[in-house]
Amino acid sequence: MSNEIAILGAGMHPWGKWGHSFVQYGVAAAREALADAGVPWRDVRFVSGGATMRCGYPGYVAGATFAQALGWQGAEVNTSYAACASGSQALAAARNKILAGECEVALVVGADTTPKGFLAPAGGYRPEDPDWVRFYLGITNPTYFALYARRRMDLYGDTQEDFAAVKVKNALAGSKNPRARYRKCFTPEDVAASAMVADPLRLMDICATSDGGAALIVSSVDYARRIGKGDAPRVAAISTVTPTFASGVVEMPDIATDSAAAAGIDAHSYRASLPVKAYEEAGIGPEDVSLAEVYDLSTALELDWIEDLQLVPRGEAAQLLRRGDTAIGGRIPVNTSGGLACFGEAVPAQAIAQICELTWQLRGQAGERQVEGAKVGITANQGLFGHGSSVIVKA
Amino acid sequence: MSDKPLAPAIEGWHTMGEQPRLIGTQCSDCGTYFFPKQSDYCKNPDCDSTEFEEVQLSRTGQLWSYTNAGYKPPTPFVAADPFEPFAIAAVQLEREQMTVLGQVVGGVGVEQLKIGMTMELVLEALHETDDDVKVTWKWQPVAG
Repeated sequence: MSNEIAILGAGMHPWGKWGHSFVQYGVAAAREALADAGVPWRDVRFVSGGATMRCGYPGYVAGATFAQALGWQGAEVNTSYAACASGSQALAAARNKILAGECEVALVVGADTTPKGFLAPAGGYRPEDPDWVRFYLGITNPTYFALYARRRMDLYGDTQEDFAAVKVKNALAGSKNPRARYRKCFTPEDVAASAMVADPLRLMDICATSDGGAALIVSSVDYARRIGKGDAPRVAAISTVTPTFASGVVEMPDIATDSAAAAGIDAHSYRASLPVKAYEEAGIGPEDVSLAEVYDLSTALELDWIEDLQLVPRGEAAQLLRRGDTAIGGRIPVNTSGGLACFGEAVPAQAIAQICELTWQLRGQAGERQVEGAKVGITANQGLFGHGSSVIVKA
Repeated sequence: MSDKPLAPAIEGWHTMGEQPRLIGTQCSDCGTYFFPKQSDYCKNPDCDSTEFEEVQLSRTGQLWSYTNAGYKPPTPFVAADPFEPFAIAAVQLEREQMTVLGQVVGGVGVEQLKIGMTMELVLEALHETDDDVKVTWKWQPVAG
């Protein structure tokens, strides 16, 4: 396929709460990816960074910040901000540059340092800001995750034990991942004993925020062949579609959904729309997928994503889970990295980290987490303000 | 109970009094509703209207989903001391074809809620200031 690019290298700085500059994590991830690719830094002609909003001006110009930290060598730079999809948008910019013939090798990198404690909006009286309004009324991030989880229980018969089973599964996978922040195994009883945060979700159903960095070296397929890496995994599709009005699911940080009252307007699910373009672009279907990395902001949300990716019909993700099919060794493993449950969210790095895991899996380098015979992987994530992405990687 | 005067926590988002209603807008051209109010541009991709009328939204709807706040939310939320957990509802309005979030009235916990039940809009204190009691909209199960 003419619109494919090769993934030559993947690298990550381990996730944690390290308290260093985000630049340090990004540089470490980039150097690991460069070494993995066997590509000299000076050959990289485009640096595409995911922006971080929490680390001051260097974060707003992350592409340039990383290029400077790695040593200015004249490469062109780009910085993408798309909330949790920032990394995918940075990858899309690199792909465009490569497919347009403007460069052969690009670095895609994202890193974040998260503050301690709650992420609260700016102060004052600011009812024009939906983020301020919802916090003023007592509506936090877990509120939204819990509303979705409760609906699963009501509509499909999911239970809190199912949600706990997602945590147990992901913790086991993460225990085998040296880059994960949380590497302890948990039992269903551990989850059930954790504090109720937003009924039906407990503390251990909800992901943390972390420091971390992830990077990819991508190139034209022609370049990959020239350096003897013609069989490197390929990026087969990148979907970064926005929602379609009217959005029928109340999304963070809004206090209400769109209205679908106008003639000719129906309510749509944004999450479900994200992989549609990815499958079309890759020319494959959900039946071709070997494994998936999805955005488990909560345990229950992983089950929503499995259905949004059409891996099972709507409402049947918990049955898949109960059969063990989403565990490593199962029919369609989900979050073999350990997911956000074991990493915690490092926003501009997270979408790239998902692709790193797929890259190692498709190369057969995932060690104890290896999915046998993995040929096709898909990612999915969603962030604020109509940002989300789904990326397909093929062996 | 305080004898301070009542004042809306957020000015202009709902009517005051016995049968309170949320105040939104409606596009004069395509009929799309907006809450919070939108008076500058219609967000329907098939409509380029800039004309809106202020409307009062339905007072009742069906419970789409619910949860609670087990931990004290961060500021600007003003918490009672000690913090009292509260339930939160997402209520679907039939005519407007939209879902609106809000706290559930005090004394009603998640164990008393069920998806699909009819909820009505009421006003209740959100917090007190030196001068007044700030009230906001909350959802309450309709008796029976």
